[in-house]
Amino acid sequence: MTSKIMNWLDERLGLTEIYDSILDRKVPKVNFWFTLGSLSLFLFVIQGITGVFLMIYYVPSPDHAFESVEYIMNGVAFGWLIRGIHHWGASLMVLIVFIHMLRTFFTASYKFPREFTWMTGVILLLSTLGMGFTGYLLPWNQRSYWATTVGTEIAGTVPLIGDFITRVLRGGEDLSAVTLTRFFAVHVWFLPAIIIAVIGIHMYMIIRLGESSIPKEEE
Amino acid sequence: MSDSDQIDRRNFVKLIVASVGGFIGLSVGIPAIIYTIEPAVKVQSTEGWISAGLMANYETDKPTLFTFTQTKQNGWERTVNSYGVYVTKQSETAATVFSNQCTHLACRVTWQEENQEYFCPCHNGIFNKEGEVTEGPPPKPLIPYETKVEEGILYFYFAEA
Repeated sequence: MTSKIMNWLDERLGLTEIYDSILDRKVPKVNFWFTLGSLSLFLFVIQGITGVFLMIYYVPSPDHAFESVEYIMNGVAFGWLIRGIHHWGASLMVLIVFIHMLRTFFTASYKFPREFTWMTGVILLLSTLGMGFTGYLLPWNQRSYWATTVGTEIAGTVPLIGDFITRVLRGGEDLSAVTLTRFFAVHVWFLPAIIIAVIGIHMYMIIRLGESSIPKEEE
Repeated sequence: MSDSDQIDRRNFVKLIVASVGGFIGLSVGIPAIIYTIEPAVKVQSTEGWISAGLMANYETDKPTLFTFTQTKQNGWERTVNSYGVYVTKQSETAATVFSNQCTHLACRVTWQEENQEYFCPCHNGIFNKEGEVTEGPPPKPLIPYETKVEEGILYFYFAEA
């Protein structure tokens, strides 16, 4: 019965072809370090899912942000687990994405014909850092408040337009309710949308070109 | 797979990955479901005896509105809800207490002294002094609360409908 349904779907959707080209494609003899891309994707999915669950209770307003996070941690059943995964997963994702970039660099996998894959990877790395920066403010505690004060102040050291950048990041002169809502919007919509789109391109490239093999001595 | 009943390497790995993945998925998935529905199944009781003040303050045989508040914890917010009841004193030791909530769709009824009736403005529901429906759509009489009088003070047992 199950195989009958699967066959029916397969005939129409081409599931086998998708499976073969995405999961069963030929891969050169590589090592553990070549799995970090998949791990980054996995972490992104985990962050997405736990993030959606956190949004059930989180309120991006100075009146409620801190208390709603406290409520998630101490009030709701398993809130600590959902937020814990999101919290640790965030740090882990930055780490893994960064090591993924280092590996690509050290195995020279960014060379022809994979320059474009590298470029999309740069966007993904920067977006991941952006997710970390914007997410850090959301608990609205002392640490996040002052970290964002410092972070936006650092952006202000850019010559000529620095002050303008700080104002755009903060949505005004001071770090305020406006900052919180815009960081929230960037954290849950702008950056995730960019990341999803660019992951699509990144993965299309890797499937189209295949994985690079480890450079040999004579090369 | 070979003709022996031993599992081959590929299928072994598949099985391990599927079971470990399934275990991780369940151990996060089930808490996630509980996390989502937990506030909905949490019961907060507001039941209890509430003092409506001295019996001497009430006029005999005249329904009088008594209002009070109850505080509830909803998530991280404390919500103060206002409630109203109509107190009708029969004697110094007996009184009836009705909820002022219309039994139709929970609008608030008011006592109309000139017509001697409780009137609900939402859909023209009318109740008599005993709380019974005399006109309009309400399906049930006004909800009465159990009462007691101790040392001249009226108490009623409040339970939210």
